[in-house]
Amino acid sequence: MTSTEIAAVRPARTPRRSGPRNTLTRSSGLGLGIAMIWFSALVLIPLAAVVVTAADGGWQAFWNTITGPQTAAAIRLTVFTALGVTAVNVVMGPLIAWVLVRDRFWGKSVLEVMIDIPFALPTIVAGLVLLSLYGNADSPLGIDIANERPAVFLAFLFVTLPFVVRMVQPVLEELELDVEEAAASLGASRFTTFRRIILPSLTPAITAGAALSFARGVSEYGSLVLLSGNLPFKTEVTSVRILSSIENDNVVAAASVATVLLAISLAVIVLLDVIQRRVAARG
Amino acid sequence: MQIRSRAATAASLLGATISALALSACAPGSGSASEADAEETISIVGFAVPEAANKNIATEFAKTADGEGVKFQTSYGPSGDQSRAVAAGLEADYVHFSVPTDVTRLVDEGLVADDWDQGENKGVVSHSVVVFGVRDGNPKNIKTWADLVKPGVEIVTPNPASSGAARWNALAAYGQVISDGGTEEEATDYVDKFFKNVVSLPSSGRDATTAFLGGTGDVLMAYENEAILAAQNDEGFEYVLPDTTLLIENAGAILEDASEPSQAWLDFVLSDEGQTQFALTGFRPIRDDVDFGGTVEGAADPSNPFPPVGTLLTVDEDFGGWDEVSTKFFDEENGLIFEAILGAGLSLE
Repeated sequence: MTSTEIAAVRPARTPRRSGPRNTLTRSSGLGLGIAMIWFSALVLIPLAAVVVTAADGGWQAFWNTITGPQTAAAIRLTVFTALGVTAVNVVMGPLIAWVLVRDRFWGKSVLEVMIDIPFALPTIVAGLVLLSLYGNADSPLGIDIANERPAVFLAFLFVTLPFVVRMVQPVLEELELDVEEAAASLGASRFTTFRRIILPSLTPAITAGAALSFARGVSEYGSLVLLSGNLPFKTEVTSVRILSSIENDNVVAAASVATVLLAISLAVIVLLDVIQRRVAARG
Repeated sequence: MQIRSRAATAASLLGATISALALSACAPGSGSASEADAEETISIVGFAVPEAANKNIATEFAKTADGEGVKFQTSYGPSGDQSRAVAAGLEADYVHFSVPTDVTRLVDEGLVADDWDQGENKGVVSHSVVVFGVRDGNPKNIKTWADLVKPGVEIVTPNPASSGAARWNALAAYGQVISDGGTEEEATDYVDKFFKNVVSLPSSGRDATTAFLGGTGDVLMAYENEAILAAQNDEGFEYVLPDTTLLIENAGAILEDASEPSQAWLDFVLSDEGQTQFALTGFRPIRDDVDFGGTVEGAADPSNPFPPVGTLLTVDEDFGGWDEVSTKFFDEENGLIFEAILGAGLSLE
């Protein structure tokens, strides 16, 4: 009796166990369908349209557009600034998150809310604030970087600040202090504990934050237009180049530049993922 | 189990495909929805600056027999963006753009009649001139075009590449050399020097004004009407009217399938009553004999708001019209102005 029951159950279970290729039930299939429709309408179709438009002019036109000296300079500036800003965020983000999670101090809850302000503020307002603080000879802080490259860096830093912090914070909150104490009691130094115990758990969150921060930086427009001055070869970023192409009714050129940005962002996100896996495997 | 889940996958993929098809199917053919009740409504689509004037003109228009009971729908924004929006299907009966090329885009789309600029007003509904915005008290003593290219003078101008309206400024810089008897080489040379002194090229006139008010630069390339309107809104700046400047001619037109009262509206905009409202918000009336009362608040001298200009250049007479201007000065590949901006940028690197 019992053995037959087991025998009857087993064949039904086996395929599930050996080949988890497809675990969809009817309701979860519906869920996937809705997710796909949603994702297609909002992301896949518009992105495909951009790439298709870019291809409209042919390979030669595409290549000429993105290698034109002014556009190439804008792409270089945007990508390298975004990379630099991401590097800063990878260091500063976990640090800020650490302070927010592990330390108790007066005004903490205010700081907690303030972190999100770059998310909430319309970017043009951010640009206005940055301009009034860092933008002229009688700057209250004595810093005048208007129309210089640091202006672009600063604007990127401002808008990307929350990403790593907000990704790392919940993970840090979940981390058990016991593990760190155990490591310490086994003779690990604080640095070793951080490197071998804490960092591996934070790495996926840091990487995800870094990817968001890079992608956000590359596409930034509003917060920097007032402070950067949009000077070709100096402070002009790709989003301004795209805007110029559109104003000249050259949609193909605009889409070409956008496609390059898309490809670069994708490459960086994949690269970050690979790095994260390496680090996780080592830890 | 397996079969069921495969069916579920198929269903989900089918869903995605259908959504894609449905989207592509409904993409064309928009914009005819409110045709029936649009009879007594005028949709105005325009660049941002004349919003105040148009509002006042609408109030006056409502008092006339033609305008009684007419409702307005308005949309204001950057000129080029607004024009592209109409081309893409935004409902519009009357358009008012800062440059005529934004109307010609609609002519090319078949939305505006070919002969829109053949009337008495040549498609122009409001005027202004290029002026220099300066710091309080004009500390760098900027009066002429020659002062702008002196070493150490920092210019803020909207970017002619990304703002159609900014093209008026660049043209004025070039044209004043020619009108003073200079050769084309000298004019090109001047424009090169001009852009070497540019410290900020914001994307739009609005951004340029904000950057200037925020402390960037010594001179703002501006339009007289915007300087006056800014002063009326308590964010004014001192401005200087140079001896030679360019007449800005903002284009307006009604669309081919415009609602019934739209023609009457355009006529009213062009009438003395309409032009008076433009004058009161800083535009120069399109005819010299419009009596707007003589006083305009916010002007450098409110009792003489629109002093005559020594030499007033126009695009048609001094530059051969917008078609020629677009290829000679603003071609993306080798337009004269874009080359000057590039040259100035390259020297920075």
